Amino acid sequence: MAGIESTSAEIDLDRPNIEEYLPTDSIHGRDSPKNLHLRDLLDISPTLTEAAGAIVDDSFTRCFKSNSPEPWNWNIYLFPLWCLGVVVRYGILFPLRLFTLLLGWIIFWAGFFPAHILLKGQDKLRRKIERKLVEMMCSVFVASWTGVVKYHGPRPSMRPHQVFVANHTSMIDFIILEQMTAFAVIMQKHPGWVGFIQKTILESVGCIWFNRTEVKDREIVARKLREHVQGVDNNPLLIFPEGTCVNNQYTVMFKKGAFELGCAVCPIAIKYNKIFVDAFWNSKKQSFTMHLLRLMTSWAVVCDVWYLEPQYLQPGETAIEFAERVRDMIAARAGLKKVPWDGYLKYFRPSPKLTEKKQQIFAEDVLRRLEK
Amino acid sequence: MGNSSSMLTQYDIEEVQEHCNHAFSQQEIVSLYNRFCQLDRSSGGFVSADEFMSVPEFAVNPLAQRLLRMVDGLNFKEFVAFLSAFSPRTTPRQKIEFIFKVYDLDCNGKATFDDILSILRDLTGSFMSEQQRQKVLAHVFEEAGYSPDSSLGLSDFIKIFGNSELKMEVEVPID
Repeated sequence: MAGIESTSAEIDLDRPNIEEYLPTDSIHGRDSPKNLHLRDLLDISPTLTEAAGAIVDDSFTRCFKSNSPEPWNWNIYLFPLWCLGVVVRYGILFPLRLFTLLLGWIIFWAGFFPAHILLKGQDKLRRKIERKLVEMMCSVFVASWTGVVKYHGPRPSMRPHQVFVANHTSMIDFIILEQMTAFAVIMQKHPGWVGFIQKTILESVGCIWFNRTEVKDREIVARKLREHVQGVDNNPLLIFPEGTCVNNQYTVMFKKGAFELGCAVCPIAIKYNKIFVDAFWNSKKQSFTMHLLRLMTSWAVVCDVWYLEPQYLQPGETAIEFAERVRDMIAARAGLKKVPWDGYLKYFRPSPKLTEKKQQIFAEDVLRRLEK
Repeated sequence: MGNSSSMLTQYDIEEVQEHCNHAFSQQEIVSLYNRFCQLDRSSGGFVSADEFMSVPEFAVNPLAQRLLRMVDGLNFKEFVAFLSAFSPRTTPRQKIEFIFKVYDLDCNGKATFDDILSILRDLTGSFMSEQQRQKVLAHVFEEAGYSPDSSLGLSDFIKIFGNSELKMEVEVPID
């Protein structure tokens, strides 16, 4: 923990308009113009109530709460049916899906390696083949959990000066979007086989990796982003501005990076139907492999994807306001509740500035009332 | 984690209710238990200071550090007892006792001028100078008929708060 605390001081978390959400009734002197008495100073109940309220329930933890599946098998009629379901899911569907996945990988590598090595000179052709192969592989992944995905709106085309932003529930978001269009994505570096795939394959479609705990990485990513959106031949850029997986019922603050590039921002809203399985990847509890296994042993992954209308920075609008506007659109379309927290608070402590703001309000109130 | 609420038996719930003077209903205790398990990420049966601080809304509270000294390492029964001060069923007197305990961190039964000053310091941070704080406090002490050297006991607190309304309630979400 000590390591994290020391770096958190260096990282300035984005906190657009959080002040708006700070409860103002935490300050005693709402009905201010009263004289200050000892009782008023001793009465710390508003601050204590706020603290206790946060202990009992808080909007941030709610964002990352996995929903446990509703049991429906505790009934003499349903139980045999449920057992049959388990046998089908684990005994038939899962092996079939695993086989599909393996077959997909074999075909993929059979195409990818030769293309990667033999076509060194013909960059254009090589990239086209690689892009198609990645799209194919993502379709295989989607098939391996019987993904029932409904896409609404125009399919993204390859052109410069636009960036796609989507809400983030799991790494499978990326797979679902990638099977339609080979996006270049900005992603956290992962260890294990995911990291291997990131390095070998996804780099060929122009994906950019970073480590969210590295301050240096942020600058490098910002520069790479700017270069990428200018390139004519580059795959469209996809960013998950929440920076972390949220449980698809809430949305945390958007990082402003994607909104500062001076190009069109195309929002994508993704909503999962939790009828068969909760698609939220709780990375602190589950490895990605286990997450995939859970999806592969469920009946289906049902989801809706909406490609929304491109948005531009309006005159006089700051990047943060722009980000909030786009977040509103996505939240409204996917039916998500908005919370004023930065998703990185999963990894860092909140900035002392928020506490200072509360102290400032309190101190000003005391001083004002003392003068009377 | 699974269905953690099923792990609490009637006996357990009644025991916890007893411990907190029936400040919470059985349903509320079950909700609080689920919340407790959620906060107790290490599943050690208690919530550490670090785990409390992982709730940003708590961590930004100006009194967080002070409260941490009271809540660090609470087991479930103590956790509920701590929160019982915020139940609508708790009497104003018990709420005042709770506030007094926050002031009287060294548990010597009195809140001195310095104790109160240090809370004021937490609440105002760098936005008031130490001199200003002392002046304010001395002023209100004097106005209430106490000298700055005197320390306040629980009975003083009860007298000062009098019958005025004390809004200190937290609703336990039941889902």
